[in-house]
Amino acid sequence: MSDHSSTYEPTNGFTRWLDERLPIMRLMHGQFIDFPTPRNLNYLWTFGAILTFCLAIQLITGIVLAMHFIPHGDFAFASVEHIMRDVNWGDLIRYTHFVGASMFFLAAYIHMFRGLYFGSYKSPREIIWILGVLIILCMIITAFMGYSLVWGQMSFWAVTVITNLFTAIPIVGESITQWIWGGYSVGDPTLNRLFSLHYLFPFIIVALVALHIWALHVVGSNNPTGVEPKTENDSVSFYPYYVIKDSFATMVFALLFAWFVFYAPNYLGHSDNFIEANPLQTPPHIVPEWYFLPFYAILRAIPDKLLGVVTMMAAICVLFIIPWLDTSKIRSTRYRPLLKPFFWLFVITCLVLGYCGAKSPDYRFVEMADTQKYTSKAAAVSAKEEILSKNKHADLEIIESINSKEITYDLKNTKFKLTNQVLSLLLTFYYFAFFFAIMPIVGLIETPHKLPGSIAESVLGKSSADKAQ
Amino acid sequence: MKLKLSDFLKCMSASISVLMVTSLLAVTPAQAAGGGGPEIKRQVWSFNGFFGKYNKAQLQRGFGVYKEVCAACHGLKLLSYRNLVQVGGPEFSKEQALAIAKEATIIDGVDEDGEPKEREGKLSDRFASPFKNDTQARASNNGALPPDFSVIAKARTYHRHVPWYTEPYYWAYDMATGYEEKGVDYLYALLTGYKTPPRGMKLGDGMNYNEVFPGHQIAMAAPLSEDAVEYADGTPTSLNQHAKDVSAFLAWASEPHLNARKDLGKRVLIYLTILALLLFLAKRSLWARVKH
Repeated sequence: MSDHSSTYEPTNGFTRWLDERLPIMRLMHGQFIDFPTPRNLNYLWTFGAILTFCLAIQLITGIVLAMHFIPHGDFAFASVEHIMRDVNWGDLIRYTHFVGASMFFLAAYIHMFRGLYFGSYKSPREIIWILGVLIILCMIITAFMGYSLVWGQMSFWAVTVITNLFTAIPIVGESITQWIWGGYSVGDPTLNRLFSLHYLFPFIIVALVALHIWALHVVGSNNPTGVEPKTENDSVSFYPYYVIKDSFATMVFALLFAWFVFYAPNYLGHSDNFIEANPLQTPPHIVPEWYFLPFYAILRAIPDKLLGVVTMMAAICVLFIIPWLDTSKIRSTRYRPLLKPFFWLFVITCLVLGYCGAKSPDYRFVEMADTQKYTSKAAAVSAKEEILSKNKHADLEIIESINSKEITYDLKNTKFKLTNQVLSLLLTFYYFAFFFAIMPIVGLIETPHKLPGSIAESVLGKSSADKAQ
Repeated sequence: MKLKLSDFLKCMSASISVLMVTSLLAVTPAQAAGGGGPEIKRQVWSFNGFFGKYNKAQLQRGFGVYKEVCAACHGLKLLSYRNLVQVGGPEFSKEQALAIAKEATIIDGVDEDGEPKEREGKLSDRFASPFKNDTQARASNNGALPPDFSVIAKARTYHRHVPWYTEPYYWAYDMATGYEEKGVDYLYALLTGYKTPPRGMKLGDGMNYNEVFPGHQIAMAAPLSEDAVEYADGTPTSLNQHAKDVSAFLAWASEPHLNARKDLGKRVLIYLTILALLLFLAKRSLWARVKH
């Protein structure tokens, strides 16, 4: 790994023998015991450990689930229920895996926003960042494939919608989609390959995580000040300081995790997925899991199918190039007064995009309208025509509303509306503007705050940092 | 010059965010188009929340209602008769469950002539479904397919008619209180939601008015009525009580290990809390050596 020299001393005959042949203990000692780590890391830096924990949980529960799951259109749904009912503690294993996916994404998103805020993608950490983006990409693919295996209505139609996106590719789209399906529609062969790949991808993630950590251990962790460690006084050894801090944070995270597993296991899911897949019946609203909603909103914001797919892909792939889009030399947004409000606006944008993804495209977030109630449809229609005769462009709508006593017809004359479609488009615009306009421009014109001389100085104050030397 | 431009940009971004927030909050949100009907209420269930567990007597009554009323059209194909004996369920005695199983006719294997062989049910059998297949089910129900009830309590839900900006509050509230009973509340509202149709409403052929069913027209006629099923334990046999009991039974059918899960959950949470506390104390004493 890195050239960081290990202080490892073999203590007995066996370890001495092993060290001369395979210095694995030396490697581990150097990377996870002695490893110098900035002394000022806050709790946002514990998410690396939390994510490792999540990955381990998903692997262990997933391998057990695969022992009982049947990847066949006729049996998949029932086999999941068999796990829930007849396998010993099967309900807990499955709920842990299902909730675990959400927890994994929650932790990953926090980890990513942390990297974005503290400039952890900047030189010399570009490779760590790029590996991280590859990991989230693989996580997205894995989670999508895993969700499909349940073979409920939402699973089936999510696969149908997403695989149909490939038909947007000009000329070869149709053939590619059929190649992915293994047939002329989503069916058994599709389910089988999704299962196979869902088992494969986590191991690709494991490999990428190993590279991610390797790259991290070459250049060392970033820290809240963004100032590189200069002297020994700036760092502490990973063990015991960060081992104990990461363990504590992981346990707090595990508490949240356990709350969902034991007391709200289905809260993050969708009730339609408890209806067995039916290719002949489309659910009224097809929505992905919460962690895909911002991307789903971006996909739907663009009226053109191909452009929508390209934009959605770009929303993830833009992350690959941000080390070169950000023109500022300063890493931490703490010292970047101009970027800070834009950053938080970006966070809000991502959250609201998620909200937009959950609502139907024609949902109106803001609406100003005059509503007139009529008891008969004919009266409403004639009133509508009367308004139309005065104003050709009036936005009119008759809504049938049934209450316990009667049916009323509400004639709605909309003066102003902000639909989900429009809001999503605005937010998508800001999402990309943040990377392509704000990041490069702000870096050029901003006057950053003064950086502390060293990590120790930021923690101890200038005079005591000098004394500690 | 540099400073002025950056200040301008800062003001811009701040005012954009203020504008966004206020404009979204100030104006009344759109009502969901169409529909109408009353708000579905969150009911009190013995199995809700941190201390929740099924009420054995209620599940037994609920099974009675299922067997007398629902089972004529709705199957429970993912359940076995032995589940009725299981701890954390209706906990019928083995003899009672066997008696229930024996009423069912199970097709098992073939005889010497290759004809399907019928026998009476055993505890290890899955619940026999009322129809041989979906086509037969539709044929006997005016074209409508009565859904299987194995996971029905989790396969249904409802949406609150609330302004969108208050929704995050409800999410947080539901998560913090472990609100997993949306489907059960819907079932209860559906079973008690048969009313006389509003004036002027034309119902389809063989359809019935229900105030909470999406579209308000449901193929199933009101299944429950007062005194529809006799209760051995003397519980009043009102329509609401029937609806409540059978909804609770269906909640168990879709989540049979809830008692064990919540019981273990308490221990896990206590264990994790203590472990987190110890780790916190260890972390604090360790880090006391280093100013950070």
